[in-house]
Amino acid sequence: MARTPRTTTRRTFLVRSSSAAAALALGATSMPAQATPESLAAAIKDVVGGASLRTGKVTLDLPPLAENGNTVPMTVTVDSPMTEVDHVKAIHVFNEKNPQPYVMTATLSPRNGRAQVAVRIKLNDSQKIIAIAETNTGEFWTASADVIVTLAACLEDPT
Amino acid sequence: MSKTLIAVLCVGSTIGVSIALAQRADTRRSGYQDMSKSVQSMQDDDTANPAMLWVRDGAALWTRRVGAADKACADCHGGVESMADVAARYPAFDAGLGRPVDLEQRINLCRRDHQQAEALAGESRDLLALTAYVARQSRGKPIAPSDDPRLRPSIDAGAALFKQRQGQLNLSCAQCHDDNDSRKLGSATIPQGHPTAYPIYRLEWQGLGSLKRRLRNCLVGMRAEPYAYDSPEYVQLELFLMQRARGMPLESPGVRP
Amino acid sequence: MGNALINVPGTVKRGEAFEIKALISHPMETGFRAGTNGTLIPRNIIQRFTCTYNGVEVFNLVLSPAIAANPFIAFFTVATESGKLVLRWTGDDGFSAEETAPITVTS
Repeated sequence: MARTPRTTTRRTFLVRSSSAAAALALGATSMPAQATPESLAAAIKDVVGGASLRTGKVTLDLPPLAENGNTVPMTVTVDSPMTEVDHVKAIHVFNEKNPQPYVMTATLSPRNGRAQVAVRIKLNDSQKIIAIAETNTGEFWTASADVIVTLAACLEDPT
Repeated sequence: MSKTLIAVLCVGSTIGVSIALAQRADTRRSGYQDMSKSVQSMQDDDTANPAMLWVRDGAALWTRRVGAADKACADCHGGVESMADVAARYPAFDAGLGRPVDLEQRINLCRRDHQQAEALAGESRDLLALTAYVARQSRGKPIAPSDDPRLRPSIDAGAALFKQRQGQLNLSCAQCHDDNDSRKLGSATIPQGHPTAYPIYRLEWQGLGSLKRRLRNCLVGMRAEPYAYDSPEYVQLELFLMQRARGMPLESPGVRP
Repeated sequence: MGNALINVPGTVKRGEAFEIKALISHPMETGFRAGTNGTLIPRNIIQRFTCTYNGVEVFNLVLSPAIAANPFIAFFTVATESGKLVLRWTGDDGFSAEETAPITVTS
């Protein structure tokens, strides 16, 4: 049977979707470089709103390779004097591939002296983690890190 | 082939074997050395090591009076410092039972005989907590298994089990942990399998577990039927592994991936 | 007997930022895992952690199922005056835990 011109083949679909992704990436220059799933983009938009998101000031310390995704140590540090006039008021962390995009939100103030928070997170797969710092002046700074999660060779049966 | 040549070859291979043995003795590695820096630092800092949550519970249990005898561990043993070398030398021979017992079994024997209390279930939080609290006292001490000759048959049985192929994969412990250690199985590094840090907080378990649980885990991985929880095979393997790790420092309670 | 381990320096100089580290026993069950019978294990997480310093909240963390079991939390606060730090964890099924630590501030 002859194809009509309107039929979407796998090839044309791939071409269209990749150009759509490229358009998305070009259009949102202040967003992280890679295209991200919708729920992640929505979760970030909830925090950032219409403000611009700039790369910098945030250091996201995660092991590049995690031997087990159940417990991955993470430290977020923001370069800030933490004074009344210039401080970080929140640190938000998001992930790309866990069932929910949201990881944590820490509320900070000049009382902290240092804008640094350490926790341990769960990653159900290799993925990108995104940290966003929100300042008292309404600026948003971001950093991201890719973690490769390896799987244990011998797993225990669930019983 | 001349006799001389054969003799030379024999001497040569004997030297080769002894060099290999000497290197073997020098190249024992704790699983700690095979972990990433981030997991190592989780173990190194007591204020960040999640196993210390169990140690804290163990400290409370140590002084809690239980059983019909209304006695606490501390009522007989005093301060926990008296446990300083215990985890480094167990399993030990129990004359009453006429067989070796490991640290968890010793704790339960104490409960039965001296506290007149019910045994704690294997892998229960309280048994792991007491074991971790006791084992913590041996941290940094070299593993020093007992020379009690009554242990010999069990050590030998453990050595044989270690080399015995079993399970649907027809593997022995030795094939992974002696012959292929430090190589990769999937993406995980195969450790030499030294019992240097038990009980361990294993990230995979998201909790504390005993050497028995880890051995059981290996058996399941080999697609072998795990031994019953209180079967002598585990203690035999534990005895052999402690001999194999003689002199290596204890890290208990450790963290492993 | 509490179920948390906290680490706070006993004595700190006024104006200095010091680190507070806290570990607590908690399964942090995500609510996304199926049990052996195939049904979902209900979510059971700590939702919030706070630290007050002489009654004033100085740190607040909202947690999610993506936080590992037996949560470890470390953060900083500035030494203002001697007194008491109160760390509080609250979560699903009415979970609540509290630990206090004294702090001595020197000039």
